[in-house]
Amino acid sequence: MSIGKSIKRVDAFEKVTGRAKYTNDYQINNAYVARILHSTIANGIVKSIDISEAVKLEGVVKVVTCFDVPDITFPTAGHPFSLDPKHMDIADRKLLNQRVRYYGDDVAAVVAKDEITAARAVNLIKVEYEEYEPILSIEDALKEGVKPIHDDYPDNILAHSSYEIGDYENAIKEEGLIAFEGEYETPTVKHCYIESAVSYAYEEKGRTVVVTSTQIPHIVRRVVGQALGIGWGKVRVIKPYIGGGFGGKQDVLYEPLNAYLSKIVGGRCVKLNIPREENFVSTRVRTAMKFKIKSYVRPDGRFVARKIELYGNKGAYASHGHSMVAKACNAFKQIYQDEIATKGDAYTIFTNMPTSGAMRAYGIPQITFAVESHVDEIAKALKLDPIEIRKLNMMKLGFVDNGIKCYCNGLEECIEKGKKYIDWDNKIIEYKNQTGPIRKGVGMAIFSYATGVYPISLETASCRIILNQDGSVQVQMGATEIGQGADTVFAQMVSEVLDIPIENVHMVSTQDTDITPYDSGAYASRQSYVSGMAAKKAALKLKEEIIAHANFMLKLPLGNIDLERNCIVNKKTGEVLCSLEEVAMHALYNKEKSVHIRADITNQCKSNSFSLGVCFVDIEVDIPLGKIKVNKVINVHDCGKVLNPELAAAQVHGGMSMSLGFALSEHLIFDKKTGRPLNNNLLDYKLPTVMDTPHLEAQFADTYDISGPFGNKALGEPPTIPVAPAIRNAILNATGVSFNTAPFTPQRLVEKFKENNL
Amino acid sequence: MYDIKKIYKATSVQDAIKHLVDDPNALIIAGGSDILIKIHKGKLAGCSLVSIHDIDELRGVSMQDNGDIKIGPLTSFSNLSKDHIIKRYIPVLGEAVDQVGGPQIRNIGTIGGNISNGVTSADSASTLFALNAMLEITGPNNSRIIPISEYYLGPGKVDLKNGEVLTAIIITKENYEDFTGHYIKYAMREAMDIATLGCCVTCKLNDQKDTIKDVHLAYGVAGPIPMRCPRAEKSIIGMKISDEMFNTLGKIALTEVKPRTSWRASKEFRLQLVEELCKRSLKEAIKKSGGVING
Repeated sequence: MSIGKSIKRVDAFEKVTGRAKYTNDYQINNAYVARILHSTIANGIVKSIDISEAVKLEGVVKVVTCFDVPDITFPTAGHPFSLDPKHMDIADRKLLNQRVRYYGDDVAAVVAKDEITAARAVNLIKVEYEEYEPILSIEDALKEGVKPIHDDYPDNILAHSSYEIGDYENAIKEEGLIAFEGEYETPTVKHCYIESAVSYAYEEKGRTVVVTSTQIPHIVRRVVGQALGIGWGKVRVIKPYIGGGFGGKQDVLYEPLNAYLSKIVGGRCVKLNIPREENFVSTRVRTAMKFKIKSYVRPDGRFVARKIELYGNKGAYASHGHSMVAKACNAFKQIYQDEIATKGDAYTIFTNMPTSGAMRAYGIPQITFAVESHVDEIAKALKLDPIEIRKLNMMKLGFVDNGIKCYCNGLEECIEKGKKYIDWDNKIIEYKNQTGPIRKGVGMAIFSYATGVYPISLETASCRIILNQDGSVQVQMGATEIGQGADTVFAQMVSEVLDIPIENVHMVSTQDTDITPYDSGAYASRQSYVSGMAAKKAALKLKEEIIAHANFMLKLPLGNIDLERNCIVNKKTGEVLCSLEEVAMHALYNKEKSVHIRADITNQCKSNSFSLGVCFVDIEVDIPLGKIKVNKVINVHDCGKVLNPELAAAQVHGGMSMSLGFALSEHLIFDKKTGRPLNNNLLDYKLPTVMDTPHLEAQFADTYDISGPFGNKALGEPPTIPVAPAIRNAILNATGVSFNTAPFTPQRLVEKFKENNL
Repeated sequence: MYDIKKIYKATSVQDAIKHLVDDPNALIIAGGSDILIKIHKGKLAGCSLVSIHDIDELRGVSMQDNGDIKIGPLTSFSNLSKDHIIKRYIPVLGEAVDQVGGPQIRNIGTIGGNISNGVTSADSASTLFALNAMLEITGPNNSRIIPISEYYLGPGKVDLKNGEVLTAIIITKENYEDFTGHYIKYAMREAMDIATLGCCVTCKLNDQKDTIKDVHLAYGVAGPIPMRCPRAEKSIIGMKISDEMFNTLGKIALTEVKPRTSWRASKEFRLQLVEELCKRSLKEAIKKSGGVING
């Protein structure tokens, strides 16, 4: 039995000894090196490009420009392909673009013999632009008469979606309701995975091979095919271990361009390693959002009717399209239920900013910041305990929205555990009526999060298991290990079903689209749930095959034997009849009925479950210096059955750390006139260091989700949702000052404290 | 890979000087933690370098016969903060350089490079200003000694003429004896960051430990180059330790500094820090001298 145990990571030894292979370890001898020339304007067109100096440089192999690439636009989102043309991802970019849509757009590329030559050549390319006024904000993009960023979207609105449950206008007429309004804003932040977006591309037997750091190998294969206009079977994508993705690699980044560069140099291997500075701007960022919330509440705190207007800054290209803004807007009606009506309007707006795409928890950290800030304002005004007002309105067991169901609900348990750890009741009293420059506060926030993307998108996963002669198995998943521990948990699942030791389960970690069965990849906290179902199904099938052969070998009738503790046993008495190894040897080498026992299945998942949780913090605010010190912080999650407690806690720690940055220090800053990035490096972009990180406490509710393969539901992304609003609410508790724009940087704190005469 | 045209590894100070004279465009590289970043960013791409990294005579801390302390400019931050002479006589300097970057940077970065880079945010600079450090600069024909305040000519510019090398940093006895000091690096992160404002205060108390006998107040990032606030210092010399004294120091310091607004921080915000940090630094320095602060 290994589910629920803290099994050591199956890749731990390989990773700490440096043996685990990452993309950069797949270097083929004499690989060329490519560099990209990015635009130095945010909006306009490339009129001409002079490459004459660059091509003269010794060591330069090829220079290509936006005028040379195929006239094919392609999508990049890491979504499963849709057969319905209406749901297809927007195909709005070429390999290199003549129409420049943000400061950093790709306009030319150099292939050279080494990095320095490539960098020098890029500097020698001269570009003549026709420049348009940069459209950097949502407000500017929506102004009448502005030149559209994409001709297909004349008003710069990529999409507008809305819903209304109940009759909002009627509901707000109820007598005695108190109205609350608030506006909230979240910044553009970056994933900051340690391994940059890197790939190798080369041709082999007339086919294109791309080795890349991605979360979604099968989708990369399809998009490379689309972008190059070649059959998808002519593309092979290999995904080794990766150094972090966090949603940033749930998008097809530079793989198509690199495949093209290899093609134009005769199929030679080309390395394209995007420098950190370019990763910040020219890959994907988290969608900055603006929210307007209006709530009508009874004096006892019950929400009667609420509405939200939400604007997402898409940036230059569609990438994931409207999906994360729509998802954020839906969450508004999920975590809390209004007694009568809820209304939502969501807009995704094109601007001349870096393209926003997926990032851990896909719009939900943003909406949760807005909603949880708003709820605390209501609690404060009504003099209610922030916990009590939440309990009165929050999601209940059995709630269903858009096909997503609350199958189990440990939210109250989460709250109780968090409350106890932070000593909430005593601190609320202790921190009342403080004066002086240093003040303390407690705050909390809750959230809900779906598990996977059913029913909006296809949820399918595959698994192949092969039995070896010694009774061990190879497990091959289309699902990807991206540092989260997926391989370990899948190994536990297979070990659990087959009842064989974990060390007898060999995970094939590398995905190779020539060999690996299909799975959409690592995103939406889906794999332990959706791909876990596939692992379970394949293991059950393999077990059936093993027992079937054992029946043949032992000449016993069906139904009398089972596979237990690595052996074939008498089902009634538990008596050991033979070892699994004996069955495996016999299966392969007997001369009557040789069979290589294996299972190869695909499972389509048609359920989705809400994962829930809470964060509590205890902080100290240094008012004159604008510094916040987090004294205590805890996340408590209801993720169903915890498959591996230590891995789960590690997952929570990482998420909390990202959310601390989102709350206190991280935001990409751009020149307000030109859209030029100002802090696109790890010195100026203030990712918290270990010295900035307090002890991160992770706890779990004891629940079991009947819809999950092993009682489990989402945990990959949720940890990064609630910390920022909990800190925001603790600042409110400490100082009485409301911060509705994240992050709460020292300068913003000092300015606002001064405004409030603190 | 770094875009470097050529690099010469000097074997002695005279050898370094000779090669610098021979190639007037060559730059000195010591630990490399500033130079390599500039090469990476393209600002110095394709440059020629003369490395002084291997000149061991420029490393280490020593006590001179007259009680002055001599610091070799190639001494790394981590060696400086661990040095027993520094720990015993000028702990504030070791504490200040222990706040540079992270452990790896402190292992390669040198104190001489830190000041010769000429930036206002250097963590050692404000402390060396407070300590009235003297710099020995050796050139092709002679060597000269100048106060650190004269070394800084402007942002990124120091008084090193062609062929000259910084060969020693000297802290004279009267600038550390009976002084205690405290440096506060105010940055957005607790590590791996540059100072939004740096503030070093050293002070000397009277025998009763209730009055300021002498005080030096120095800032980084309060102006284009590191600076002292002489008027603020003078205004509290002889004053009893009191809220009034701290407030006086802060208010007068505000009249001497010249921070600017950048996208990193506004002038107003830096002014707030100027006023607040000098008080906090002085409080800590007084405590280290055995003084008592009420409230």
